[in-house]
Amino acid sequence: MNHLPLIIKREYLTKVRNKSFIIMTVLSPLLFIGLFTVVAFLSQVNNDKVKDISVLDQTGLFSSDFKSNDTYKYHQLNNAELSIAKDLTKSSDYYGLLVISNLNENQTNVQFFSDDTPSISVISDLERLIEKKLTQLNYTKRAIDISAIKDSQVNITIAQENFSGQKSSKIEGFLKLGFGGAAGYLLFMFIIIYGNMIMRSVIEEKTSRIIEVIISSVKPTQLLLGKIIGTSLAGITQFVIWIGLGSVLLVLVSAIFNIDFSQTQAPQQVLANQAMQNNDVQMQVGEVMTAFYHLPLANLVIAFLLFFISGYLLYSSIYASIGAAVDNETDTQQFMLPVLLPLILAVYIGFFTVIENPHGTVSTIFSFIPFTSPVVMLMRIPFGVPMWQQILSLLIVIGTFLVMVWFAAKIYRIGILMYGKKPSYKELVKWIKY
Amino acid sequence: MNKLLQVKEVSKTFGNYTALNNVSLSIDKGQIFGLLGPNGAGKTTLIRIINQITMPDSGEVFLDGESLKPHHIRNIGYLPEERGLYKSMKVGEQAIYLAQLKGLSKTEAKKRLKIWFERLEIGDWWDKKIQELSKGMAQKIQFIVTVLHEPKLLIFDEPFSGFDPVNANLIKDQILRLREDGATIIFSTHRMESVEELCDDIALLHKSNKLIDGNLLDIKRQYKTNTFQVGINPTNSYNELDFHSKFNVNDAHFKTLNEELKFSVQLQHNQSANDLLQYLISIGEVSYFKEQIPSANDIFIQTVNQS
Repeated sequence: MNHLPLIIKREYLTKVRNKSFIIMTVLSPLLFIGLFTVVAFLSQVNNDKVKDISVLDQTGLFSSDFKSNDTYKYHQLNNAELSIAKDLTKSSDYYGLLVISNLNENQTNVQFFSDDTPSISVISDLERLIEKKLTQLNYTKRAIDISAIKDSQVNITIAQENFSGQKSSKIEGFLKLGFGGAAGYLLFMFIIIYGNMIMRSVIEEKTSRIIEVIISSVKPTQLLLGKIIGTSLAGITQFVIWIGLGSVLLVLVSAIFNIDFSQTQAPQQVLANQAMQNNDVQMQVGEVMTAFYHLPLANLVIAFLLFFISGYLLYSSIYASIGAAVDNETDTQQFMLPVLLPLILAVYIGFFTVIENPHGTVSTIFSFIPFTSPVVMLMRIPFGVPMWQQILSLLIVIGTFLVMVWFAAKIYRIGILMYGKKPSYKELVKWIKY
Repeated sequence: MNKLLQVKEVSKTFGNYTALNNVSLSIDKGQIFGLLGPNGAGKTTLIRIINQITMPDSGEVFLDGESLKPHHIRNIGYLPEERGLYKSMKVGEQAIYLAQLKGLSKTEAKKRLKIWFERLEIGDWWDKKIQELSKGMAQKIQFIVTVLHEPKLLIFDEPFSGFDPVNANLIKDQILRLREDGATIIFSTHRMESVEELCDDIALLHKSNKLIDGNLLDIKRQYKTNTFQVGINPTNSYNELDFHSKFNVNDAHFKTLNEELKFSVQLQHNQSANDLLQYLISIGEVSYFKEQIPSANDIFIQTVNQS
């Protein structure tokens, strides 16, 4: 008797009809986008506010350089005492006071006084302005031709090409990293969210005591598989709705509030962007496109699906057996760490070792260990992994999954009928031997 | 073949603990079989082995002459002592799901559920969730789910717990009706009065071993002590010493409607009930005369204490 479709259907429907599931499915993108909007809105408001800065220039060199604009309004304080300047800035409730003085002939001393710690972008804006002016003065003092320097500056981009003639670039490297990282991280999140869901649903059957009725009609392996597949389908449904609803909302919100989300960036990113702005934007877009087409797309998609599914199945069978072994959710703690550890390790290896050297010894080894391989391999594949390695790694994962299901079914068969006893590892080993 | 279920020398240990030690049973078709025993005797383990939830370490179980296989699941209906249903699932949906797991089609399950809902006076609960029902109502649903696929063998573990007397009676009638329709029933309970009332054969498990089994009336005959309870209104010819010298007499306490002398008399091997009755008539007016038959309760307590 094959009851698998029946069990899958029930698991799926109960999950999907569950009120908290529905609420979370609808609410999560709303909350996420809402939060995003608020952050974007606030940082825009923050940026929009004109900052009043009083400038005390004791060198007399900057009389015409501090020009007020949308962001800053400069107030020149001519020849005032430092203490008076400070008081004046404070009483006018300005953002801060910039003091430029001469230490000696060749050295300039710049100080900034403010109530609160000034933002990084303000400081770097001011520094850049002063640096530029002083550098120019130095050039003039030493009679250096500025246009000659500009003309002789060279910008190098190394053209990368492998021996079979395929071209690649730095951007392609970033793109690969992005793909691999996103895939690995997605799997990690999926396992944690929906693995827990499976565990809870097993525990629920134990606490509602229906398990004895079910298990007298269905084989534990079938029940286990049905649960895993049903819950995964519910998870995928939720994920797809999240992505769909999220993108629709994002478009709507940005249209309504006229917020450009791409401008919402951390100061570090702003600096990095400024550093990179030398390149022609048009050229960059073209490069990204070619890099995108250079990726082994078919391989990526197929490998993603296979590793994602098998990796998820492997971990969910572990979660299910934990659920079967314990009585309530608080007892699961002692078993959670050994499950999470390899998962976290995999993500760390992915983000540090694989990025550094995708085909190094560590990366290669961990892309064969079944508990880390789905994540690590997903991160490696964009960089081109030989087909035999991918297949071997996949076979190991699937093999381990089958062993794990057998093992989980054993624990399941005994564990689901054990009540009131908190099992130790020793006891679990005994159960498997039965 | 009139044996529906045969359990042959089944043993089961959990670690160092022996749950069943070489237990054999055979259950005739169409009877109600009482599976008795104190807590922890191994009843539930035996029932789980019959349901193929756990596997025996040694021994074998035959259903209708065939060695027990997974496909026999649909011939068995099991009402566990620990009741449980999916709390957040609707009554109708849940019943259909569980029936489908036992191999019924959806339409057939629906049809039979309608009939059973009427029989047990369950009206418009179809769309209610289990968590909205009272305990007794949920028990009724669970009972229906157990019998819906019309199995050959029904196993009821404490079927009356949680029911008020009216509903318990309703369930009892349904159990008797199921037997009439041809089902064989294993009935595990601590309520001896329902054993008395329902069971044809019984088996008593204690500390993983089977102590006694067989027809309940036969067992009672084995356990009876030829003791009679008598009540008389004595006449002048009553002589206490003479009575005591002729018979093994003890004072007794039992309830009657009149005030009379009450004794319990155990007959010797050479004495018959008629001998006693004739003597009693000669010493007074007999108002009460009844053989003391051991109840299932007496047998249970006596056997368990002796072992």
